[in-house]
Amino acid sequence: MDIVVCVKRVPLTEEVDLVIDNQKKGVKKDQLAFVLNDWDNYAIEEAILLKEKHGGTVTAVTVGNEDDEEVLRRCLAMGADRATRVEAGDVSRFDSLGIARILSQVVRDLPHDLVFTGVLADDDNHGMVGMMMAEQLNLNHSCMVTAIELEDGKIRTTSELEGGLGEVSVVGLPALLTIQTGINEPRYVSILGIRKAAKKELKIVDLGELGIPDEELAPRTIIEEVYLPPETEGAQILEGDPDKIATDFVEILTKKGVME
Amino acid sequence: MSDIFVVVEHRLGEIRDITFEMLWKAGELAEKLSHSVTAVLLGHEVDPLAQNLSDRADTIIIYDDERLKSFNADLYKQIIAGLIEELKPPLTLMGSTSWGMELAPCLSVKSGLPLATDCIDVIPKNGTFMAQRQMYNGKIFSNVSFADAPGCLVTVRSGVFPKDKLGDRQAQRVQKDIPSADMKPGKEFKEFVETAAGDVDITQAELLISVGRGIGEEENIALIKEFAEALSGVVSCSRPIVDKNWLPKYLQVGTSGKSVSPKVYIAIGISGAFQHMAGVSGAGTIIAVNKDPKAPVFRTAHYGIVDDLFKIIPVLKEKILAVKKG
Repeated sequence: MDIVVCVKRVPLTEEVDLVIDNQKKGVKKDQLAFVLNDWDNYAIEEAILLKEKHGGTVTAVTVGNEDDEEVLRRCLAMGADRATRVEAGDVSRFDSLGIARILSQVVRDLPHDLVFTGVLADDDNHGMVGMMMAEQLNLNHSCMVTAIELEDGKIRTTSELEGGLGEVSVVGLPALLTIQTGINEPRYVSILGIRKAAKKELKIVDLGELGIPDEELAPRTIIEEVYLPPETEGAQILEGDPDKIATDFVEILTKKGVME
Repeated sequence: MSDIFVVVEHRLGEIRDITFEMLWKAGELAEKLSHSVTAVLLGHEVDPLAQNLSDRADTIIIYDDERLKSFNADLYKQIIAGLIEELKPPLTLMGSTSWGMELAPCLSVKSGLPLATDCIDVIPKNGTFMAQRQMYNGKIFSNVSFADAPGCLVTVRSGVFPKDKLGDRQAQRVQKDIPSADMKPGKEFKEFVETAAGDVDITQAELLISVGRGIGEEENIALIKEFAEALSGVVSCSRPIVDKNWLPKYLQVGTSGKSVSPKVYIAIGISGAFQHMAGVSGAGTIIAVNKDPKAPVFRTAHYGIVDDLFKIIPVLKEKILAVKKG
């Protein structure tokens, strides 16, 4: 079972004040800490679990600059066999379709019974690269996958639907799956583990080498402007020292009839 | 006159709310632009469904076929791509749902039309459309335009538009046969499974004490359990807590978990991603505790406490115990 996992390095933005950049096309990133996208962490873990059970290889792929190699090294330390980074200059000039096109070109040349992406990236929240790749590569597909089992040369997947419902399907191989969080428990990666994995192959491919015509990479969906959320009335914040806050809190609960 | 397409989402014989919400938006745009609304309904024995849509669209295009008995993104994609090619709608709306997330990107590649996902508004602009969406889990908004193309695709977030009827329409039904071309899907539906069954029903609780990622470590969940006990409330949680297996799935509030309607919902260490907040729209009062004053949860909560939960929760608990005792 050869598996390719497409991953992305994203900024941590919880409990962070985001600042719009001067062009109003994105946020300032120089002060932000970056991590492997949460969904991709589950995707790489799932690929490694399948490899451990059924053999084969796991390849991690990203499109990005040298800093983005950090997440590939993490994937290698987790147990991926090799990694590829596509050097494409400023990636913000591509839309999801362009990124999918680049990744598809890389995947074409790699052995793949399965291709995984995360359901969503934590930064732009588009959630479309995976399924675009499935169509570009003419692969069978399943979305928001929370369980995978091998079954007579096919796979049985459970997809997460709304309201606590799961949808069980049988999918022929090769297939592309978008992996949902919670499918497994991603393993811990130590600094030492990352250092050890430095010996593994990390290939750098220049976008030009992939031979994708420019017009196929031109963005079709264009961000005109980004901005902070419009002001709303929002919550009434309880002010004062903790005792005062606690008194107000109890008063609210009493008024709403949940203090017995 | 052009048609705005709405791809009808239905499950287990029922039209899903997102469909009505999209039809509302399509109706509003159609009125503004003198367009018409076309519902695209794929399924098997869908007459009763079409009946439910008959006063919300001008046309219902129906593909009724045994092979469409359950949702299949491959078949939907092929059929809808063909229909788009034929009728060239300037705008096609789909749900930003599990199924829509599978269908829309495939359809975008297949049809060559640009796509914006999980949109919270669609605005007519210069003869085409602009979509409004969120990034960074709601901390940033963006306006998105589409490259020159005969049309565009938009997936719509659940719960942002009313599901009411807008205006009065009389739908004409058009039956179509699915194209005879290669229609062998690579995925075969087997069954639906309930993934959130359990012995506590959070949908019935009057007071929910809900915990999110801010709790940090598994052993800290005890703090929330004790707090809930002091309040005689029920513990629930957001998705990351279930993903980490710290609490069972049946306690999860949100689109992929349960929708709840307690008198009071206390959200502790929950940032307030829309997937979570969609599950508490029925709550009477929402009180949020979060140390990040910019957390999106404070946009929808009624009351907020901006503080470190590890400092304030014990104080709140002591106060409650004191009041109950006294």
